[in-house]
Amino acid sequence: MDDLSSLIDPAATPAGDDPMRPRPFRIARVRKDLADTFTLYLTALDGAPFAFRPGQFNMLYVFGVGEVPISISGDPADPAVLVHTTRAVGTVTEAMGRLKAGDVIGVRGPFGSPWPIEAAHGQDVVFVAGGVGLAPLRPAILAVARHRERFANALLLYGSRTPEDLLYRREMPVWRSRHDIASHVTVDRATGRWTGRVGVVTKLIRSGGFDHRHAVAYVCGPEVMMRYAVQALDAVGVTADRVYVSMERNMKCGIGLCGHCQLGPHFVCRDGPVYRFDRLGPLFDIWEL
Amino acid sequence: MEQIRGIDSLVREHPFCQDLDEAAIALMSGCAKNEQFPAGSMIARENQPSERLFLLRYGTAALEIRRPGHDPLIIETLEAGEILGWSWIVPPYRWAYDVRAVTIVRAISVEAGCLRAKCDDDHSFGYEIYHRILRVMANRLSATRLRLVDLYAPPPRAARAP
Repeated sequence: MDDLSSLIDPAATPAGDDPMRPRPFRIARVRKDLADTFTLYLTALDGAPFAFRPGQFNMLYVFGVGEVPISISGDPADPAVLVHTTRAVGTVTEAMGRLKAGDVIGVRGPFGSPWPIEAAHGQDVVFVAGGVGLAPLRPAILAVARHRERFANALLLYGSRTPEDLLYRREMPVWRSRHDIASHVTVDRATGRWTGRVGVVTKLIRSGGFDHRHAVAYVCGPEVMMRYAVQALDAVGVTADRVYVSMERNMKCGIGLCGHCQLGPHFVCRDGPVYRFDRLGPLFDIWEL
Repeated sequence: MEQIRGIDSLVREHPFCQDLDEAAIALMSGCAKNEQFPAGSMIARENQPSERLFLLRYGTAALEIRRPGHDPLIIETLEAGEILGWSWIVPPYRWAYDVRAVTIVRAISVEAGCLRAKCDDDHSFGYEIYHRILRVMANRLSATRLRLVDLYAPPPRAARAP
Protein backbone atom coordinates (compact mmCIF):
# COMPACT_ATOMS: atom_id res chain seq x y z
CA MET A 1 0.00 0.00 0.00
CA ASP A 2 2.99 2.30 0.06
CA ASP A 3 2.40 3.13 -3.61
CA LEU A 4 -1.10 4.32 -2.83
CA SER A 5 0.20 6.47 0.00
CA SER A 6 2.23 8.44 -2.46
CA LEU A 7 -0.95 9.49 -4.25
CA ILE A 8 -2.40 11.54 -1.41
CA ASP A 9 -1.20 14.84 -0.19
CA PRO A 10 2.04 14.19 1.71
CA ALA A 11 1.92 17.59 3.36
CA ALA A 12 -1.44 16.89 4.87
CA THR A 13 -1.30 13.30 5.95
CA PRO A 14 1.15 11.49 8.20
CA ALA A 15 3.64 9.51 6.12
CA GLY A 16 2.85 5.86 5.76
CA ASP A 17 -0.91 6.19 6.19
CA ASP A 18 -2.94 3.89 4.01
CA PRO A 19 -5.27 6.11 1.96
CA MET A 20 -7.80 3.28 1.66
CA ARG A 21 -8.11 2.73 5.42
CA PRO A 22 -10.51 5.01 7.30
CA ARG A 23 -9.27 6.66 10.48
CA PRO A 24 -11.82 6.66 13.28
CA PHE A 25 -13.02 10.10 14.40
CA ARG A 26 -15.43 10.88 17.19
CA ILE A 27 -18.23 13.34 16.61
CA ALA A 28 -17.62 16.07 19.17
CA ARG A 29 -20.59 18.16 18.15
CA VAL A 30 -23.42 18.25 15.62
CA ARG A 31 -24.87 21.56 14.50
CA LYS A 32 -28.05 21.73 12.48
CA ASP A 33 -27.53 24.51 9.98
CA LEU A 34 -30.59 24.27 7.74
CA ALA A 35 -33.59 21.99 7.39
CA ASP A 36 -31.51 19.49 5.40
CA THR A 37 -27.96 20.59 6.23
CA PHE A 38 -25.79 19.91 9.24
CA THR A 39 -22.20 20.35 10.41
CA LEU A 40 -20.12 17.68 12.10
CA TYR A 41 -17.18 18.60 14.34
CA LEU A 42 -14.81 15.64 14.49
CA THR A 43 -11.76 14.78 16.57
CA ALA A 44 -9.41 11.90 15.81
CA LEU A 45 -9.57 9.01 18.23
CA ASP A 46 -5.78 8.79 18.11
CA GLY A 47 -5.55 12.51 18.87
CA ALA A 48 -3.36 13.25 15.87
CA PRO A 49 -4.09 16.57 14.15
CA PHE A 50 -5.67 16.51 10.71
CA ALA A 51 -3.90 18.95 8.40
CA PHE A 52 -5.55 19.88 5.14
CA ARG A 53 -5.64 22.63 2.58
CA PRO A 54 -8.72 24.69 1.64
CA GLY A 55 -10.76 22.98 -1.05
CA GLN A 56 -9.75 19.41 -0.25
CA PHE A 57 -12.27 16.71 0.61
CA ASN A 58 -12.52 13.58 2.72
CA MET A 59 -14.29 10.30 2.25
CA LEU A 60 -16.56 9.99 5.28
CA TYR A 61 -17.63 6.49 6.20
CA VAL A 62 -20.83 5.83 8.13
CA PHE A 63 -20.13 2.35 9.39
CA GLY A 64 -22.50 -0.24 7.98
CA VAL A 65 -24.03 2.22 5.52
CA GLY A 66 -21.39 3.53 3.15
CA GLU A 67 -18.85 6.13 2.25
CA VAL A 68 -19.34 9.53 0.66
CA PRO A 69 -17.05 12.38 -0.46
CA ILE A 70 -17.55 15.59 1.52
CA SER A 71 -15.52 18.78 1.26
CA ILE A 72 -13.81 20.03 4.38
CA SER A 73 -15.38 23.24 5.66
CA GLY A 74 -13.27 23.90 8.76
CA ASP A 75 -10.40 26.23 9.47
CA PRO A 76 -7.12 24.95 8.01
CA ALA A 77 -5.31 26.73 10.83
CA ASP A 78 -7.09 24.53 13.38
CA PRO A 79 -6.13 20.92 12.52
CA ALA A 80 -7.33 19.62 15.88
CA VAL A 81 -10.97 19.76 14.79
CA LEU A 82 -12.17 18.46 11.47
CA VAL A 83 -15.34 20.20 10.27
CA HIS A 84 -17.72 19.03 7.57
CA THR A 85 -20.93 20.76 6.51
CA THR A 86 -23.17 18.36 4.63
CA ARG A 87 -26.56 18.36 2.99
CA ALA A 88 -28.59 15.20 3.55
CA VAL A 89 -29.40 14.16 0.01
CA GLY A 90 -28.77 10.42 -0.15
CA THR A 91 -28.67 7.23 1.88
CA VAL A 92 -25.27 7.83 3.45
CA THR A 93 -25.64 11.54 4.15
CA GLU A 94 -29.12 10.97 5.58
CA ALA A 95 -27.66 8.32 7.90
CA MET A 96 -24.85 10.72 8.74
CA GLY A 97 -27.42 13.31 9.70
CA ARG A 98 -28.85 10.94 12.27
CA LEU A 99 -25.50 10.52 14.08
CA LYS A 100 -25.05 12.10 17.49
CA ALA A 101 -22.19 13.55 19.48
CA GLY A 102 -20.04 10.66 20.72
CA ASP A 103 -20.65 8.47 17.67
CA VAL A 104 -17.65 7.40 15.61
CA ILE A 105 -17.22 7.92 11.90
CA GLY A 106 -14.49 6.82 9.48
CA VAL A 107 -12.39 9.38 7.63
CA ARG A 108 -10.12 8.91 4.63
CA GLY A 109 -8.22 11.85 3.23
CA PRO A 110 -7.58 14.64 2.70
CA PHE A 111 -7.80 14.22 -1.05
CA GLY A 112 -7.70 16.42 -4.09
CA SER A 113 -6.40 19.77 -5.20
CA PRO A 114 -6.77 22.88 -3.02
CA TRP A 115 -8.06 26.38 -3.76
CA PRO A 116 -4.83 28.17 -4.74
CA ILE A 117 -5.48 31.29 -2.73
CA GLU A 118 -1.90 32.42 -3.20
CA ALA A 119 -2.88 33.11 -6.84
CA ALA A 120 -4.81 36.12 -5.52
CA HIS A 121 -1.99 37.65 -3.50
CA GLY A 122 -1.91 41.38 -4.15
CA GLN A 123 -5.19 41.23 -6.05
CA ASP A 124 -8.90 41.34 -5.36
CA VAL A 125 -10.23 37.99 -4.23
CA VAL A 126 -13.81 37.14 -5.17
CA PHE A 127 -15.65 34.13 -3.78
CA VAL A 128 -18.78 33.16 -5.69
CA ALA A 129 -20.94 30.59 -3.92
CA GLY A 130 -24.30 29.03 -4.60
CA GLY A 131 -26.34 27.11 -2.01
CA VAL A 132 -24.24 24.70 0.05
CA GLY A 133 -21.32 25.53 -2.25
CA LEU A 134 -20.31 28.01 0.42
CA ALA A 135 -19.15 25.13 2.64
CA PRO A 136 -16.14 24.10 0.50
CA LEU A 137 -15.20 27.78 0.14
CA ARG A 138 -15.27 28.46 3.88
CA PRO A 139 -11.71 27.19 4.54
CA ALA A 140 -10.43 29.48 1.78
CA ILE A 141 -12.36 32.44 3.20
CA LEU A 142 -10.88 31.74 6.64
CA ALA A 143 -7.40 31.46 5.13
CA VAL A 144 -7.83 34.83 3.41
CA ALA A 145 -9.12 36.30 6.66
CA ARG A 146 -6.04 35.04 8.48
CA HIS A 147 -3.71 36.67 5.96
CA ARG A 148 -5.96 39.52 4.95
CA GLU A 149 -3.05 41.93 4.38
CA ARG A 150 -1.88 39.85 1.44
CA PHE A 151 -4.97 40.63 -0.61
CA ALA A 152 -6.62 43.78 -1.92
CA ASN A 153 -10.45 43.74 -1.79
CA ALA A 154 -12.09 40.56 -0.58
CA LEU A 155 -15.65 39.84 -1.52
CA LEU A 156 -18.14 37.02 -1.10
CA LEU A 157 -21.00 36.86 -3.61
CA TYR A 158 -23.50 34.33 -2.37
CA GLY A 159 -26.81 33.15 -3.78
CA SER A 160 -29.38 30.75 -2.41
CA ARG A 161 -32.96 29.72 -3.02
CA THR A 162 -34.45 31.43 0.05
CA PRO A 163 -33.18 33.24 3.15
CA GLU A 164 -33.74 30.01 5.08
CA ASP A 165 -31.20 28.27 2.83
CA LEU A 166 -28.32 30.62 3.63
CA LEU A 167 -25.36 28.95 5.33
CA TYR A 168 -23.13 30.57 7.95
CA ARG A 169 -25.49 33.52 8.43
CA ARG A 170 -23.88 34.43 11.74
CA GLU A 171 -20.35 34.24 10.37
CA MET A 172 -20.75 36.53 7.40
CA PRO A 173 -21.09 39.70 9.51
CA VAL A 174 -17.94 38.66 11.40
CA TRP A 175 -16.02 38.16 8.17
CA ARG A 176 -17.01 41.67 7.24
CA SER A 177 -16.42 43.44 10.54
CA ARG A 178 -13.22 41.70 11.63
CA HIS A 179 -11.62 40.83 8.34
CA ASP A 180 -13.02 43.32 5.83
CA ILE A 181 -14.48 40.55 3.68
CA ALA A 182 -17.70 42.00 2.32
CA SER A 183 -20.65 39.68 1.71
CA HIS A 184 -23.22 40.37 -0.97
CA VAL A 185 -26.10 37.96 -0.65
CA THR A 186 -29.07 37.35 -2.91
CA VAL A 187 -31.96 34.90 -2.85
CA ASP A 188 -34.22 33.58 -5.57
CA ARG A 189 -37.31 33.93 -3.44
CA ALA A 190 -37.75 36.34 -0.56
CA THR A 191 -39.57 34.95 2.43
CA GLY A 192 -40.43 36.24 5.88
CA ARG A 193 -38.85 39.54 6.77
CA TRP A 194 -36.10 39.38 4.16
CA THR A 195 -35.15 42.86 3.03
CA GLY A 196 -32.03 41.94 1.09
CA ARG A 197 -31.47 41.35 -2.58
CA VAL A 198 -33.70 39.16 -4.73
CA GLY A 199 -32.19 37.81 -7.94
CA VAL A 200 -29.58 35.37 -9.20
CA VAL A 201 -25.97 35.31 -8.04
CA THR A 202 -24.72 36.17 -11.54
CA LYS A 203 -26.28 39.59 -11.12
CA LEU A 204 -24.01 40.22 -8.14
CA ILE A 205 -21.06 39.57 -10.43
CA ARG A 206 -22.33 42.15 -12.90
CA SER A 207 -22.77 44.64 -10.08
CA GLY A 208 -19.02 44.62 -9.58
CA GLY A 209 -17.39 45.80 -6.38
CA PHE A 210 -14.02 44.48 -7.51
CA ASP A 211 -11.35 45.36 -10.04
CA HIS A 212 -11.96 42.87 -12.85
CA ARG A 213 -8.46 43.46 -14.26
CA HIS A 214 -6.83 42.41 -11.01
CA ALA A 215 -9.19 39.87 -9.50
CA VAL A 216 -9.09 36.14 -8.93
CA ALA A 217 -12.39 34.30 -8.50
CA TYR A 218 -13.14 31.09 -6.64
CA VAL A 219 -16.50 29.59 -7.62
CA CYS A 220 -18.37 26.77 -5.92
CA GLY A 221 -21.92 25.51 -6.25
CA PRO A 222 -23.99 23.22 -8.42
CA GLU A 223 -22.41 22.79 -11.83
CA VAL A 224 -25.09 24.73 -13.70
CA MET A 225 -24.64 27.66 -11.34
CA MET A 226 -20.86 27.59 -11.83
CA ARG A 227 -21.29 27.52 -15.60
CA TYR A 228 -23.29 30.73 -15.61
CA ALA A 229 -21.14 32.33 -12.92
CA VAL A 230 -18.04 31.76 -15.04
CA GLN A 231 -19.83 33.31 -18.03
CA ALA A 232 -20.78 36.34 -15.94
CA LEU A 233 -17.19 36.68 -14.69
CA ASP A 234 -15.93 36.51 -18.25
CA ALA A 235 -18.46 39.16 -19.30
CA VAL A 236 -17.05 41.61 -16.74
CA GLY A 237 -13.45 40.81 -17.70
CA VAL A 238 -12.31 38.16 -15.23
CA THR A 239 -10.68 35.76 -17.66
CA ALA A 240 -10.78 31.97 -17.33
CA ASP A 241 -7.14 31.80 -16.22
CA ARG A 242 -8.14 33.75 -13.09
CA VAL A 243 -11.20 31.66 -12.25
CA TYR A 244 -11.15 28.47 -10.17
CA VAL A 245 -14.07 26.08 -9.82
CA SER A 246 -14.67 23.03 -7.66
CA MET A 247 -16.14 20.08 -9.52
CA GLU A 248 -18.48 17.56 -7.98
CA ARG A 249 -18.38 14.00 -9.26
CA ASN A 250 -19.10 10.59 -7.83
CA MET A 251 -15.80 10.10 -6.01
CA LYS A 252 -15.24 6.61 -4.61
CA CYS A 253 -11.59 5.67 -4.05
CA GLY A 254 -10.29 9.23 -3.66
CA ILE A 255 -6.95 8.44 -5.27
CA GLY A 256 -7.67 8.17 -9.00
CA LEU A 257 -7.79 4.41 -9.25
CA CYS A 258 -11.41 3.34 -9.59
CA GLY A 259 -12.46 5.75 -12.34
CA HIS A 260 -15.92 6.58 -10.95
CA CYS A 261 -15.19 10.29 -11.01
CA GLN A 262 -13.67 10.43 -14.47
CA LEU A 263 -14.32 13.67 -16.34
CA GLY A 264 -12.78 13.41 -19.80
CA PRO A 265 -9.06 12.90 -19.19
CA HIS A 266 -9.36 13.89 -15.51
CA PHE A 267 -9.99 11.94 -12.36
CA VAL A 268 -11.73 14.58 -10.31
CA CYS A 269 -10.77 13.02 -6.98
CA ARG A 270 -7.08 13.20 -7.82
CA ASP A 271 -6.69 16.02 -10.37
CA GLY A 272 -9.52 18.09 -8.87
CA PRO A 273 -11.88 18.89 -7.36
CA VAL A 274 -10.47 22.42 -7.78
CA TYR A 275 -9.52 23.35 -11.34
CA ARG A 276 -8.42 26.53 -13.00
CA PHE A 277 -11.25 27.09 -15.41
CA ASP A 278 -9.20 27.50 -18.58
CA ARG A 279 -7.83 24.01 -18.01
CA LEU A 280 -11.30 22.56 -17.64
CA GLY A 281 -13.48 24.91 -19.67
CA PRO A 282 -13.89 22.86 -22.89
CA LEU A 283 -15.23 19.93 -20.86
CA PHE A 284 -18.05 22.16 -19.60
CA ASP A 285 -19.36 22.28 -23.16
CA ILE A 286 -19.49 18.48 -23.61
CA TRP A 287 -22.86 17.69 -22.16
CA GLU A 288 -22.32 13.92 -22.33
CA LEU A 289 -19.78 14.33 -19.50
CA MET B 1 -20.86 71.11 2.48
CA GLU B 2 -22.51 69.12 -0.28
CA GLN B 3 -22.30 70.78 -3.62
CA ILE B 4 -25.47 71.08 -5.66
CA ARG B 5 -24.83 69.41 -8.97
CA GLY B 6 -26.62 69.80 -12.24
CA ILE B 7 -28.85 67.02 -13.50
CA ASP B 8 -26.65 66.63 -16.58
CA SER B 9 -23.72 65.76 -14.34
CA LEU B 10 -25.74 63.07 -12.56
CA VAL B 11 -27.05 61.70 -15.85
CA ARG B 12 -23.53 61.54 -17.29
CA GLU B 13 -22.30 59.55 -14.27
CA HIS B 14 -25.04 56.95 -14.30
CA PRO B 15 -23.91 53.57 -15.72
CA PHE B 16 -26.90 53.47 -18.06
CA CYS B 17 -25.56 56.61 -19.75
CA GLN B 18 -21.93 55.52 -19.79
CA ASP B 19 -20.18 56.71 -22.97
CA LEU B 20 -23.22 58.55 -24.30
CA ASP B 21 -22.04 61.59 -26.24
CA GLU B 22 -22.68 65.07 -24.90
CA ALA B 23 -25.56 65.73 -27.28
CA ALA B 24 -27.33 62.61 -26.02
CA ILE B 25 -26.62 63.55 -22.40
CA ALA B 26 -28.21 66.93 -23.08
CA LEU B 27 -31.29 65.33 -24.66
CA MET B 28 -31.66 62.94 -21.74
CA SER B 29 -31.07 65.63 -19.13
CA GLY B 30 -33.72 67.80 -20.73
CA CYS B 31 -36.34 65.25 -19.71
CA ALA B 32 -34.86 64.48 -16.27
CA LYS B 33 -35.21 65.62 -12.70
CA ASN B 34 -34.17 64.30 -9.30
CA GLU B 35 -36.67 62.32 -7.29
CA GLN B 36 -36.61 60.68 -3.87
CA PHE B 37 -38.83 58.01 -2.30
CA PRO B 38 -38.97 57.23 1.43
CA ALA B 39 -38.40 53.65 2.53
CA GLY B 40 -41.61 51.67 2.26
CA SER B 41 -43.31 54.01 -0.18
CA MET B 42 -44.67 52.89 -3.53
CA ILE B 43 -42.71 54.09 -6.54
CA ALA B 44 -45.15 52.65 -9.05
CA ARG B 45 -48.28 50.55 -9.10
CA GLU B 46 -49.19 47.74 -11.44
CA ASN B 47 -51.28 48.70 -14.46
CA GLN B 48 -50.92 52.42 -13.82
CA PRO B 49 -49.54 54.56 -16.66
CA SER B 50 -45.78 54.19 -16.91
CA GLU B 51 -44.68 57.74 -17.32
CA ARG B 52 -41.13 57.59 -16.01
CA LEU B 53 -37.82 55.87 -16.47
CA PHE B 54 -35.81 55.87 -13.25
CA LEU B 55 -32.03 55.76 -13.22
CA LEU B 56 -31.38 54.56 -9.67
CA ARG B 57 -28.69 56.49 -7.81
CA TYR B 58 -29.11 55.25 -4.26
CA GLY B 59 -31.03 52.60 -2.36
CA THR B 60 -32.98 49.48 -3.23
CA ALA B 61 -36.32 49.10 -4.98
CA ALA B 62 -38.33 45.89 -5.15
CA LEU B 63 -40.50 44.73 -8.04
CA GLU B 64 -43.49 43.02 -6.48
CA ILE B 65 -46.66 41.17 -7.41
CA ARG B 66 -49.65 41.43 -5.14
CA ARG B 67 -51.29 38.16 -4.17
CA PRO B 68 -54.63 38.01 -2.39
CA GLY B 69 -54.20 36.71 1.15
CA HIS B 70 -50.40 36.71 0.96
CA ASP B 71 -47.56 39.12 1.31
CA PRO B 72 -46.47 40.59 -2.03
CA LEU B 73 -44.08 38.34 -3.93
CA ILE B 74 -40.78 40.09 -4.60
CA ILE B 75 -39.68 39.28 -8.12
CA GLU B 76 -36.42 41.16 -8.11
CA THR B 77 -34.62 43.95 -6.34
CA LEU B 78 -32.89 46.78 -8.18
CA GLU B 79 -30.11 48.95 -6.86
CA ALA B 80 -28.04 52.02 -7.52
CA GLY B 81 -26.57 51.92 -11.00
CA GLU B 82 -29.53 50.05 -12.47
CA ILE B 83 -32.58 51.34 -14.28
CA LEU B 84 -36.16 50.90 -13.18
CA GLY B 85 -38.97 50.70 -15.69
CA TRP B 86 -39.13 49.84 -19.34
CA SER B 87 -42.93 49.71 -19.66
CA TRP B 88 -42.80 53.29 -20.91
CA ILE B 89 -41.19 52.03 -24.11
CA VAL B 90 -43.79 49.37 -24.96
CA PRO B 91 -47.48 50.16 -25.55
CA PRO B 92 -49.81 50.40 -23.70
CA TYR B 93 -47.20 52.11 -21.45
CA ARG B 94 -48.41 50.69 -18.15
CA TRP B 95 -46.36 49.35 -15.22
CA ALA B 96 -46.21 45.58 -15.24
CA TYR B 97 -45.54 45.30 -11.49
CA ASP B 98 -45.74 47.20 -8.25
CA VAL B 99 -42.48 48.88 -7.26
CA ARG B 100 -41.71 49.60 -3.62
CA ALA B 101 -38.80 51.47 -2.10
CA VAL B 102 -37.12 48.98 0.25
CA THR B 103 -34.80 51.71 1.53
CA ILE B 104 -34.81 55.37 0.77
CA VAL B 105 -34.43 55.58 -3.02
CA ARG B 106 -32.88 58.45 -4.92
CA ALA B 107 -33.22 58.40 -8.67
CA ILE B 108 -32.92 60.44 -11.80
CA SER B 109 -36.49 60.50 -12.99
CA VAL B 110 -36.84 60.78 -16.77
CA GLU B 111 -40.21 61.83 -18.17
CA ALA B 112 -41.17 59.06 -20.58
CA GLY B 113 -43.29 61.06 -23.02
CA CYS B 114 -40.47 63.58 -23.40
CA LEU B 115 -37.90 60.80 -23.93
CA ARG B 116 -40.07 58.95 -26.45
CA ALA B 117 -40.59 62.15 -28.43
CA LYS B 118 -36.84 62.76 -28.55
CA CYS B 119 -36.21 59.17 -29.62
CA ASP B 120 -38.75 59.65 -32.43
CA ASP B 121 -37.21 62.96 -33.51
CA ASP B 122 -33.58 61.82 -33.40
CA HIS B 123 -33.30 58.23 -34.52
CA SER B 124 -29.60 57.97 -33.67
CA PHE B 125 -30.40 58.96 -30.12
CA GLY B 126 -33.44 56.69 -30.13
CA TYR B 127 -31.39 53.76 -31.41
CA GLU B 128 -28.84 54.27 -28.65
CA ILE B 129 -31.48 54.43 -25.92
CA TYR B 130 -33.40 51.42 -27.27
CA HIS B 131 -30.15 49.50 -27.60
CA ARG B 132 -29.30 50.16 -23.96
CA ILE B 133 -32.79 49.28 -22.77
CA LEU B 134 -32.64 46.07 -24.81
CA ARG B 135 -29.39 45.11 -23.09
CA VAL B 136 -31.04 45.58 -19.70
CA MET B 137 -34.07 43.55 -20.76
CA ALA B 138 -31.86 40.76 -22.12
CA ASN B 139 -29.94 40.57 -18.84
CA ARG B 140 -33.16 40.44 -16.83
CA LEU B 141 -34.70 37.82 -19.11
CA SER B 142 -31.56 35.73 -18.74
CA ALA B 143 -31.61 36.13 -14.95
CA THR B 144 -35.28 35.14 -14.83
CA ARG B 145 -34.60 32.03 -16.90
CA LEU B 146 -31.76 31.07 -14.59
CA ARG B 147 -34.12 31.25 -11.65
CA LEU B 148 -36.43 28.82 -13.47
CA VAL B 149 -33.47 26.43 -13.60
CA ASP B 150 -33.27 26.40 -9.79
CA LEU B 151 -29.54 27.07 -9.85
CA TYR B 152 -28.79 25.98 -6.31
CA ALA B 153 -30.66 22.69 -6.31
CA PRO B 154 -28.67 19.56 -5.46
CA PRO B 155 -28.28 17.03 -8.28
CA PRO B 156 -31.21 14.61 -8.69
CA ARG B 157 -31.05 11.56 -6.46
CA ALA B 158 -30.10 9.23 -9.33
CA ALA B 159 -27.08 11.33 -10.29
CA ARG B 160 -25.57 12.14 -6.94
CA ALA B 161 -23.29 10.50 -4.48
CA PRO B 162 -24.81 7.87 -2.17
